[in-house]
Amino acid sequence: MTATLTPAAPAAPRARRRWPKPTLLIGLGLLALLLVAALFPAQLAPFSPTEFDYNAILQGPTARHPFGTDNFGRDVLSRVIYGTRIDLQIALFTTLFPFIFGTLLGAVTGYAGRWSDALVGRVADLVVVFPFLVLVIAIVAVLGPGLTNLYVAVSAVGWVSYWRLTRGEVLTQKKAEYAQAGRVLGYSPARILLRHLLPNAVTPAIVYLMTDMSLGILLGASLGYLGLGAQPPTPEWGVMVADGKNFMATAWWISTFPGLALTLAGVTFSLIGDGLADVLRPRT
Amino acid sequence: MRRGMHSHYVLKRLLQIIPTFLAVMLVVFLLVRLLPGDPASAILGDRATADIVERTNRQLGLDQPLPTQFALFVWNLLQGNLGDSISLKVPVLRLIGERLPVTLFLTVYAAALGLLLAVPLAVLAAVRRNTWVDALIRGVFQVGLSLPVFYVALQLLTLLGARLGWFPIGGYGSGTLGHLYHLFLPALTLGLNLAAVLVRTLRSSVIEVITAEYVEFARAKGLRPRLIMTRHVLRNALIPTVTLLGLNIGALIGGAVITETVFAIPGVGRLMVDAIFGRDYPVIQGLTLTFAVIVSLVFLLTDLIHARLDPRTELS
Amino acid sequence: MSAPPALLQVRDLNVRMPTPAGTLHVVRGVTFGVQPGEMLGLVGESGSGKSVTLRALMGLYRRPVTVSGTVEFAGQDLLRASEAQWQATRGAQIGMIFQEPMSALNPVLTVGTQIMENLRTHRGLRGRAAAERAAELLDLTGIPSPRARLNDYPHQFSGGMRQRAMIAIALASEPRLLLADEPTTALDVTIQDQILRLLLRLREELNMSVILVTHDLGVIAQTCDRVAVMYGGRLMETAPVGALFREPRHAYSLGLLRSLPGSGARRAPLQPIPGGPPNLLALPPGCAFSPRCAYASGACLGAEPPLVPVAPDRASACVHAAALPSLTGEVSA
Repeated sequence: MTATLTPAAPAAPRARRRWPKPTLLIGLGLLALLLVAALFPAQLAPFSPTEFDYNAILQGPTARHPFGTDNFGRDVLSRVIYGTRIDLQIALFTTLFPFIFGTLLGAVTGYAGRWSDALVGRVADLVVVFPFLVLVIAIVAVLGPGLTNLYVAVSAVGWVSYWRLTRGEVLTQKKAEYAQAGRVLGYSPARILLRHLLPNAVTPAIVYLMTDMSLGILLGASLGYLGLGAQPPTPEWGVMVADGKNFMATAWWISTFPGLALTLAGVTFSLIGDGLADVLRPRT
Repeated sequence: MRRGMHSHYVLKRLLQIIPTFLAVMLVVFLLVRLLPGDPASAILGDRATADIVERTNRQLGLDQPLPTQFALFVWNLLQGNLGDSISLKVPVLRLIGERLPVTLFLTVYAAALGLLLAVPLAVLAAVRRNTWVDALIRGVFQVGLSLPVFYVALQLLTLLGARLGWFPIGGYGSGTLGHLYHLFLPALTLGLNLAAVLVRTLRSSVIEVITAEYVEFARAKGLRPRLIMTRHVLRNALIPTVTLLGLNIGALIGGAVITETVFAIPGVGRLMVDAIFGRDYPVIQGLTLTFAVIVSLVFLLTDLIHARLDPRTELS
Repeated sequence: MSAPPALLQVRDLNVRMPTPAGTLHVVRGVTFGVQPGEMLGLVGESGSGKSVTLRALMGLYRRPVTVSGTVEFAGQDLLRASEAQWQATRGAQIGMIFQEPMSALNPVLTVGTQIMENLRTHRGLRGRAAAERAAELLDLTGIPSPRARLNDYPHQFSGGMRQRAMIAIALASEPRLLLADEPTTALDVTIQDQILRLLLRLREELNMSVILVTHDLGVIAQTCDRVAVMYGGRLMETAPVGALFREPRHAYSLGLLRSLPGSGARRAPLQPIPGGPPNLLALPPGCAFSPRCAYASGACLGAEPPLVPVAPDRASACVHAAALPSLTGEVSA
């Protein structure tokens, strides 16, 4: 004899309210700050970023030069402000092309499947076997140093993450009812894919885009530091850290402030990434 | 019986790596062929005479059709011939053989320091989850994740090396203790970066395990807290960490390239940067190949360790 | 008439859990005792507080959850025990088994390891002696070729075997009291029956007391000596099993019995209790069951009725205890 009570819903009201996390807001606030610096450097910076001033060489932070001056007498604060535009540009261009390329490829191969998916899968497996930085450096070595070649190199390597994310999502969404319905209604694959699947499947890629931007800035600055990215006298933050490395013992400010700016930019994008993940992720 | 399955699986995986290696060779081979213009003149520079360029082309086999060149490249490679370094005039393989142990030492050291930092802090954050301790640990590592490796390296070098004089500011030292001493700051730089990546995952997996029913059962069994933490919690929480550690081998190598440059350590990372500035293409090729081989072997190793740690893994 | 000294005597047990929505008073003033060798059934719907009661007895709750009252085990108040005293009791003299053996067994440790760590902690056995004993325990719980299975991982066991293995683990320390939290809910009917028989046999052989938590009155009828009915964190009624099934003295027990499918259904069609379990944050005034109760009257709405003796060895918290109909002929247990 087996008799079971009707299992009822749990009595405890699980009124778990999701508090809006400050992460996203702080991230967006910092981004606004960076954008202002990137858009209006001339209005904000007290000095020219490139002009030498031999009367003010290697001066420590003062009221006149809050971040000090470098070995050419250039105002470090002004250079950091002007650098914002370049490093944000790096963040954008090191991620935008991989994002577009990887997402579209993921949508197509996820939807079409079969040989196209298998082929791209093998290529992706191959790309990830190379350490990211090493492959980018090697490509830049062949193409020559500079930002444009950096973007080309990153695009050749960085699409894999976006491809994976979007492909996986399209594979799940493909089975969803609305996609099946579209097929029954006789919509063309392109229409189902672009109008219905992709807008839903792109979310993880967008969340990752923000995290990737903070990685992109770090990568661009690392190459700048090594001398393979932006070239002096461009006020790129990584280049500036490299410029100051020989003066660390006597004039710490030359490298330290651009490095802090880099960290701040990195934190900005990773906060936005985390915040977006919280907002866009359905439930839990 | 399990052991038998293991060796069978290892063999299968090793065989599967062969096509990957071939593809890697093709990529590395094509890399240099992407050079704009004539590779030989790119290697030799603008001032080389046409005669010398032609001779170099013939010497490198560059006058042959591409498939023949590739076949030659693979053939040479199988014989352990990666060509000679243009600037150092020694076989690339020997060069890598001399420098690779330094980098391996550095990366293993960094991984050890990273785990030593990440595991206790992640456990602490998980046990005290949603308190200020947790918030502090997560906040610090969130910032740590955004700190450029070259910047941390430079600051540590200046502060702990040059200013306080606690650690040497470069070099490799001699003997294991010497290596440990000389490579401490570079390994710490990389270890901090790695810990920042690991803490987040490790924290959430510790939370997942701590709240798992088998840990409650372990407590109900009256086991001592220390035993519960090591045998029941960490043993399970480390499984995803091992996978993550393996996946980060590429980032670790990339970080080694940068730290070796900052700290002037005679490893393969530093060699890579030197080769790039010296346009030493045989060395660049050889190193890229070496790194790819290391990464695929680490991926394989990660899978094997995962299977060892998690008996539920189906090896197929 | 004086009862023999109880092995476990719980008095006024309260468990409070803070949540973002307010503090949940999950167990409210629960009092009961377990005699040596007795099998007590603790029955109620999900959310009635029965599993929480078990976990509180085991001392598994930590801050911010608070547990108050007294839990007297073999003359010692566990809620005031030191960590060392707990160490000598939890898992050692009181064992516990869980509902879902798949999630309660550690997936990365062999079954043998999970038994032997108990033997080592509580019995001081190690090495070959521990392995011998572990195999004996698997054998005792009816697992074939026990010696070989020590090296197996939980996922290599079937559902019923896993539950047997978990029982073997809990029994390793030879506890005097076994707490069983819905040990058969996750199992097929036939396996369920085997596990219950196993528990009955073990109780006889080892002279253990058992508290069996279930939402299944059938399981209670099949195995228990006495039953305690819980609702909304409170005990509604305690009685010997036969007496409760014949003559429930609480409207909630009556409702439960009437909602049972079983023999005698011709005369009394299945009557599920209308409504759902109470909201612990907004309990009704008076008896927590009154909003769903067919017998509710004005007398039920004042203060919450206490659990009072209504007959020898029986207690009820129902205002209408004396007026409830007998079920003789309706349901046979």
